[in-house]
Amino acid sequence: MTNEALQILIGSWFPNPEADKVVDQVEVLADDGEDPVPQDPVNPSLLEFAEEGSQFLNVEVSPDHLHELMSKLKANTETSFDYLFCLSGVDWGTELGIVYHLESTAHRHNIVVKVKTEDRENPTFDSVWDIWRTAEFHEREVFDFFGIKFNNHPNLKRLFLTPEWDGFPLRKDYEDAINMVVK
Amino acid sequence: MQETTTLNNSFKSEEYFINMGPQHPATHGVLRLLLTIDGEIIKKVEPDLGYIHRSIEKMCERDSYQQIVHLTDRMDYLSSHINNEAVCLTVENALQLEIPDRVKVVRTIIGELTRIASHCLWWGVMGMDVGALTTFFYGFRDREMINDIFEETCGARLTMNYNVPGGLMWDIHPNFINRVKNFVAHFKTKIPEYDRLLTENIIFQKRTKGVGVLSKEDAISFGVSGPVGRGSGYSCDVRKYHPYSALDKVTFNEALETDGDTFARYNVRIKELWESLSIVEQLIDNIPDGEYRVKTNAVIKLPKGEFYQKVETARGELGVYIISTGTKNPYRLKFRSPGFSNLSALNHMAVGGKIGDLVATMATLDLVIPDIDR
Amino acid sequence: MRIALNITENIQEWLLGMMSETAANYMAMVIVALIYLGIFSVAGLFLVLIERRVAAWFQLRIGPNRVGFQGLLQTMADALKLVSKELTGTDRADKFLYNLAPYFVIISSLMALGVLPFTKEFQAFDINIGVFFLIAISSIGVIGILLGGWASNNKFALIGAMRSGVQTISYELSVGLSLLTMILLTGSLQLSEIVEVQKSGWLIVQGHIPAIIAFMIFMIAGTAETNRAPFDMVEAESELGAGFHTEYSGMKFAYFFLAEFINMFLIAAIGTTVFFGAWLSPFGITESVPWLGAFWFLAKTLILVFLMMWFRWTFPRLRVDQLLTLEWKYLLPINLVNIVIMAFIVWQNLIIQI
Repeated sequence: MTNEALQILIGSWFPNPEADKVVDQVEVLADDGEDPVPQDPVNPSLLEFAEEGSQFLNVEVSPDHLHELMSKLKANTETSFDYLFCLSGVDWGTELGIVYHLESTAHRHNIVVKVKTEDRENPTFDSVWDIWRTAEFHEREVFDFFGIKFNNHPNLKRLFLTPEWDGFPLRKDYEDAINMVVK
Repeated sequence: MQETTTLNNSFKSEEYFINMGPQHPATHGVLRLLLTIDGEIIKKVEPDLGYIHRSIEKMCERDSYQQIVHLTDRMDYLSSHINNEAVCLTVENALQLEIPDRVKVVRTIIGELTRIASHCLWWGVMGMDVGALTTFFYGFRDREMINDIFEETCGARLTMNYNVPGGLMWDIHPNFINRVKNFVAHFKTKIPEYDRLLTENIIFQKRTKGVGVLSKEDAISFGVSGPVGRGSGYSCDVRKYHPYSALDKVTFNEALETDGDTFARYNVRIKELWESLSIVEQLIDNIPDGEYRVKTNAVIKLPKGEFYQKVETARGELGVYIISTGTKNPYRLKFRSPGFSNLSALNHMAVGGKIGDLVATMATLDLVIPDIDR
Repeated sequence: MRIALNITENIQEWLLGMMSETAANYMAMVIVALIYLGIFSVAGLFLVLIERRVAAWFQLRIGPNRVGFQGLLQTMADALKLVSKELTGTDRADKFLYNLAPYFVIISSLMALGVLPFTKEFQAFDINIGVFFLIAISSIGVIGILLGGWASNNKFALIGAMRSGVQTISYELSVGLSLLTMILLTGSLQLSEIVEVQKSGWLIVQGHIPAIIAFMIFMIAGTAETNRAPFDMVEAESELGAGFHTEYSGMKFAYFFLAEFINMFLIAAIGTTVFFGAWLSPFGITESVPWLGAFWFLAKTLILVFLMMWFRWTFPRLRVDQLLTLEWKYLLPINLVNIVIMAFIVWQNLIIQI
């Protein structure tokens, strides 16, 4: 599937309730005979798509819809993203998030799913290990380095570091005066 | 009633833990496996990682792109050239540099030679893990020849650093073409020797057939790649699906086996030796003339955005994921290493087998621990 | 010139001139024991050297060639190093059993050497139950391995020891039965008698087909009993580190190591005695020079030793369940049938005699 087709299909799974209202308002305004005020185009979906600055189609999803979206991406026969080839934690400064790189072995198309949270104290997402078994290890790595917790994860504990390690090293605000060389 | 319970209890076997590693001959490095065993039967395998973790991803965030190339050598040191290539390709694609054909061809030749060298070492160690100690020296004999070629061309034998963003560090040595041709001719007579010594051995076949089975569905779900995935009938060769460098100019077959057991994975690697030889043969006579390097700025700044490049190392799919904010350092750099995902399937494959099966299975996963720990 | 090699009698006669008969008997035994100990600990070291050179030859290497001429003194130097090494041990090991284990192994293998007929004269201890004695003694070694593995307080050692127990006890059967097959031909357990019978053709020729089958089973089971590859479950360095002797160092390790090589020599020597006519020369070519028997005995034994080394450096290791399958489902039934065939051959007098 092309990226456009993917975008339309996946977007339709999570319709934005706001989108209908805006359309209604626009119609009402049009009846008054005035020129409609140019507005930002309202996303018809709860998901945000982007293709700029990346070779893949990017989808941003809210943490609440993450697991549902992921299950559908895997289960739907048209998308069938059965290969999670990369799962990276990212610290965007104010937000913590995860980037999932997915590929379909049947259709050979890719998608990148991003999920973010502003909660730096106790960031939590749903685990996707029940969808892709490989996520069990990758999520443990993310937990180890970013402190992001995963609901329903079978064995969420430090993978590389010792259990008593203080802090999460790959966060941007991590400081270690002894072991880190800062340029 | 009371008596029967005591009787049953006294005959009940008890599970116990055993620590395989961090120093253990079969873990090839500092991997630690916590095994739960009932007698000889494995109930659970829990890898404990991090004994050689150097936090390369964090170091990359403060290094320039030229420096990052050198760090990748130290991940999967047996495919160092291909690791270097992955970073260079990412940077070149981001900068939209036009790379000369000569560079592409030389990179591919050396990449395939690296793969052969890595598989030679794996073959030797595979034999050793199932108890045939002689294979080790046969594998090393042929690997030495490749290392000598590398040494002549770029001065290093293992961690080569031959790639730079924009091309190669130096042009190839004048002897390079001849020596590679000699090696190809030599190695073609040696692979049948490998088969006679190990592949056709009845004990070896009994040890590996039906051991550590991984189905195709599980292989995809566990995200395994490279020969491990192809042994399960999962067509996952990055060289086929996302060809890079000069790989789109050559014809080769993807080595596939459908059994998914240890012997299938073994056979995939032996087949790959032949395929890599054929790729080298196709390219070695047609190295185009031209520049061996394109000029880049002394300080490389990637445009803002996200870049992903995958390559096929000897172990499987290596992904380089760079998030750039337009500065001279990456904002975040993630290596998707093949060994890490392959290791995640180990528990699934080893449970129910004997300790000997675990060792054989682990040998065909071909783990390089610094690649897992990064 | 007749070189007298009937050592026990000669020594006894010499001692009788000095002391009473009982004392002379005991003294003679001690002296013979010391001679054997001296010869075979050195011979064991040379076996190690041979193994290393053979391994190197198989593996495209050179092997030890620096210490002494062609590395002849290499293993001596190694032994010297091992003697001078610290004896380490685990914290909560059962100290008594832990220290006892190596002696069980080394003594049992040295004891078995006493009955081997190196020549007609050079045999310290010619008892009428020779073969039975050999089988009995060689199975004592496993007690040492079990003790060592158990007392080390190490799980790898324990697994190795348990594997060893199950393996040696299983393969003991096949060694015994294959030798028993040949006893049907000789009608005696005494080793000198067995050699005597072979003057009209080596037993492997006399017994033809069943004897060859018995020999093959004997070599397989013998290799398994000495815990050598492809049956080295006990050590299995890629699985168990070093197996039952993981926690041993210095001289105690050296005892285990030496015992392995002496056992290998023993199995080959038994094979030579029972199947290939011990010290008898082929076609009686050197019948007139009795002391050349030692040469023939050693030559035949070393060929069999080489065969076992050949196994070791070319075969992968079996898995523990395959090992037991091989013994109980294949070797043992074949062996039982083979005995019946051999009995039939002896009954019908189908023996080939020269």
